[in-house]
Amino acid sequence: MSLIDSLPRVRAPKLPRVDSLIPWIVPLAIIVLWQLACVTGFVPSRVLPAPTDVALAGWKLLLSGELARNIWVSFWRASIGFLIGGSIGFAFGLANGLSQLSAKLTDTTLQMVRNIPHLALIPLVILWFGIDESAKLFLVALGVFFPIYLNTLHGIRTVDPQLIEMGRIYGMSDGELFRRVIFPGALPSIFVGLRFALGIMWLTLIVAETIAASSGLGYMAMQAREFMLIDVVVLSILIYALLGKLADSASRALERLTLSWHPAFQKK
Amino acid sequence: MQEVLHFQSADAEPVERADILTEARQLRRASEGAARGLSLTVRGLRKSFGDNDVLRGIDLHIPAGQFVAIVGRSGCGKSTLLRLVAGLEKPTAGSIAFGEQPRAQDIRVMFQEPRLLPWARVLSNVEVGLGRERSSADAQARAEQALVEVGLGDKRAQWPSVLSGGQKQRVALARALVSQPRVLAFDEPLGALDALTRISMQQLLERVWRDQGFTAILVTHDVAEAVALADRVLVIEDGRIAQDVAIDLPRPRRRGSAELAALEGEILKHLLEGSEDTSDL
Repeated sequence: MSLIDSLPRVRAPKLPRVDSLIPWIVPLAIIVLWQLACVTGFVPSRVLPAPTDVALAGWKLLLSGELARNIWVSFWRASIGFLIGGSIGFAFGLANGLSQLSAKLTDTTLQMVRNIPHLALIPLVILWFGIDESAKLFLVALGVFFPIYLNTLHGIRTVDPQLIEMGRIYGMSDGELFRRVIFPGALPSIFVGLRFALGIMWLTLIVAETIAASSGLGYMAMQAREFMLIDVVVLSILIYALLGKLADSASRALERLTLSWHPAFQKK
Repeated sequence: MQEVLHFQSADAEPVERADILTEARQLRRASEGAARGLSLTVRGLRKSFGDNDVLRGIDLHIPAGQFVAIVGRSGCGKSTLLRLVAGLEKPTAGSIAFGEQPRAQDIRVMFQEPRLLPWARVLSNVEVGLGRERSSADAQARAEQALVEVGLGDKRAQWPSVLSGGQKQRVALARALVSQPRVLAFDEPLGALDALTRISMQQLLERVWRDQGFTAILVTHDVAEAVALADRVLVIEDGRIAQDVAIDLPRPRRRGSAELAALEGEILKHLLEGSEDTSDL
């Protein structure tokens, strides 16, 4: 009896560590297979360099300082563009969710603009801004705007009206009603918008940087293509994957922090 | 020095629950004059939604501190009457007057759904009930008292999502009670609970009503619940008061007793007769 009792207790602390490793099994396996395929000559190195070659290229670029500089430039563009587009989208989402007049005035226009693929504006943006920083920031901000706007608006409109009635009965002022009922109620939906926006942020930046830039990860990849440095091209692609994952993890952490009341985020 | 220590320990550790309860009762008795129920007079009350006349002339007087149950078939207008009394709707015609001009926190409503804020801990949900006084210094202490009163003192730091249906409804009751209302309107508050939880909730409602002496108006479709709890049962039919039955049985009432069953049968018979005319059974 005592042995059976003690078994789960011995196992319990080990399980979470194994759990957190499981998601990395598939990426690691892919890298191992990839290395094997390259070493055996199944995949010629002109098509795909071995992971060790990519790592070596990364190491060289890191030593020259080029890699860190390009990552920093891309990261800076992504964050500033995201901040600008995200805050404007959030502001419009709030305004249109809370005010009928504001919604009537701007929603139709925004819905029309939304249906233009923002990357289709690249030629126009180059004409306007050249290949200056503002071109990239503009595109990222535009791309990020819509998911944040739409989900903030949706979140505010779908707050349980019974809770709003309850807040009014208990004498909440408009400000208090927003702070205690409407905003927390809209938060899960706002986070959905945030994660969509983070994906679009990287996508837009990569496209903008490969087409019109003189620095950044996308530029690094395009320049490497010119010189047939396929290992650097693959390296940039892998860095994009890591940065994307990083942004997603950050937003998940934020979600866990602010939505701890939500049954989906509670420990069983 | 000792005084300081005493203070700290009182702050850091929860005081014995029994102590708080007696303290709460004493406090209430001290302020009983202020927390008494309000009387209520309704004259010629009508309410229509478009072409639909929901209430067609209600005249009613409820003395201060009475427990009134309103029963009727669904769609008879009983919930509308309650919402009018609570000030959630404006009457089409007629008037509702209270014995004294009530302040906002004197009239509270409890709904069928608990309507708790899922993102606020149980204690903050109760604090919401203080209305404008929620930023006062003793807000938290009052909310804790109200929670202890409904028997959930140990759940103060929980999220509402981990509570059972009955517990959520008790938190909603604590939120309604915390401002010491003088009229408490219940809109089928036990409708979504299982049979056993219902009975213990009914006993809780009766206890707090007797403790606090507010005027209670309970809308329910359960005639047995109405006769078990109320001083008086109003039957509403087609937007009018069809029956006004006084329940003069001593409390605490024994559930399933012959007198209660007889009264229940009488009211049910009346309700069912009404439905035969419309043959919608």
